[in-house]
Amino acid sequence: MTRYVSEFRDPAIARRLCAEIKFLVTAPWVIMEVCGGQTHAIVRSGIDQALPPQVRLVHGPGCPVCVTPIEVIDQAIAIARRPETILCSFGDMLRVPGSHQDLITARAQGGDLRIVYSPLEALQIARENPGQQVVFLAIGFETTAPGNAMAVSLAAREGLDNFSLLVCHVLVPPAMRALLGAPDNRVQGYLAAGHVCTVTGLADYEAISRDYRVPIVVTGLEPNDILEGLVMVLRQLEAGEHRVENQYQRSVRPAGNPLAWGMVEKVFAVRDQKWRGIGLLPASGLGLREEFAAFDAARKFEVAAITPEESPLCISGLVLQGIKRPDECPAFGAGCRPEHPLGATMVSSEGACAAYFHYQRL
Amino acid sequence: MCLAIPGKVVRIYQEAGVSMGEVDYEGAVSRVCLEYVPEIRLGQYTVVHAGFALSILDEEEAQKTLELWRELLDKVEEIRPR
Ligand code: SF4
Repeated sequence: MTRYVSEFRDPAIARRLCAEIKFLVTAPWVIMEVCGGQTHAIVRSGIDQALPPQVRLVHGPGCPVCVTPIEVIDQAIAIARRPETILCSFGDMLRVPGSHQDLITARAQGGDLRIVYSPLEALQIARENPGQQVVFLAIGFETTAPGNAMAVSLAAREGLDNFSLLVCHVLVPPAMRALLGAPDNRVQGYLAAGHVCTVTGLADYEAISRDYRVPIVVTGLEPNDILEGLVMVLRQLEAGEHRVENQYQRSVRPAGNPLAWGMVEKVFAVRDQKWRGIGLLPASGLGLREEFAAFDAARKFEVAAITPEESPLCISGLVLQGIKRPDECPAFGAGCRPEHPLGATMVSSEGACAAYFHYQRL
Repeated sequence: MCLAIPGKVVRIYQEAGVSMGEVDYEGAVSRVCLEYVPEIRLGQYTVVHAGFALSILDEEEAQKTLELWRELLDKVEEIRPR
């Protein structure tokens, strides 16, 4: 297996870190891992089941596909159905249920929908199809925003008028604040998302840790990273301390990646943003700045007025806030399965319901 | 889109004024934009999201982490009072 992977999955180390956790815990604690990639690593490697019963892990909202509002899916479908458009999307979005259908059904019914791995591929499709309007479904956290910002910046430089983004960018720190500020909050410590902090650095997290007196450990995505992150959070909790620590030093510098975040700030401005299952969170998203309004698909195609309909059975909002586990949903594994999902958390490769299903927590 | 594992940079080139590279994940090679890691060199490992390299993995820091874990393993017999 690749360098930087197998060394961080050594089972002997994992057992030792688990023993360390058992040794240092004297009280019950609730810790949230924010990132959906971490949720998958935890469930796949069985970390949640290896921990002592006092340590409860709750899964966070860090799955970009899951928190993209249903009306954005509906808008993307409406755009894909237009004859003059090519809709480009990451593959994870295709089977996410909209109000009435998903993108893959829209494609089967004739919409021109293309799967890309990078916004630069969508840009290339725009260059090659000057007669068509190419729209990129620009979703994600701080990790995908730099690429999308670059695509817009290049399109502006080249004067492309057939390229635009349907933007739904979300920011992690405002969601972490919202969860801590909720009246029924149970989260006492955070494992923060290593890759998000790779881009943004630690400043916002220092402020959250101070304001809510909560330990935050920026943590990598391999199983032993997660276990070490837990050791670090639990040491703080047991000692009554709260500060930001960086477990993922090999990737995260305190200032993040200033080149990448600088480009995001040039192209995007912070705005209020709706999260699927959670609702409107102030200053929790990114929208295109006025000078890049020509690249905003929502303005270009006037798709705003859509009334979304969620499945009444799906409790993914509670799952995304760590209030319920996927296996506590009555539809889990019965009415809701990956091939027939009722909510986005059952579709996405980072969704908690999909993680529980694939690793047989039935 | 986000389940990024580190990959190794095996080629660096320019395309339409943009710094690009090829990143190898155990034989699966993908095209990646290197604009945000201008100082990256061949053979270094990077974290990639949605086609963009976001950081250069720090070999020294990685070794420090692994070293710390190995030390922990050596202490396995040690029994400390509560
Ligand atoms: S199991 Fe299905 S219905 Fe239940 S919360 Fe998850 S996605 Fe929604």
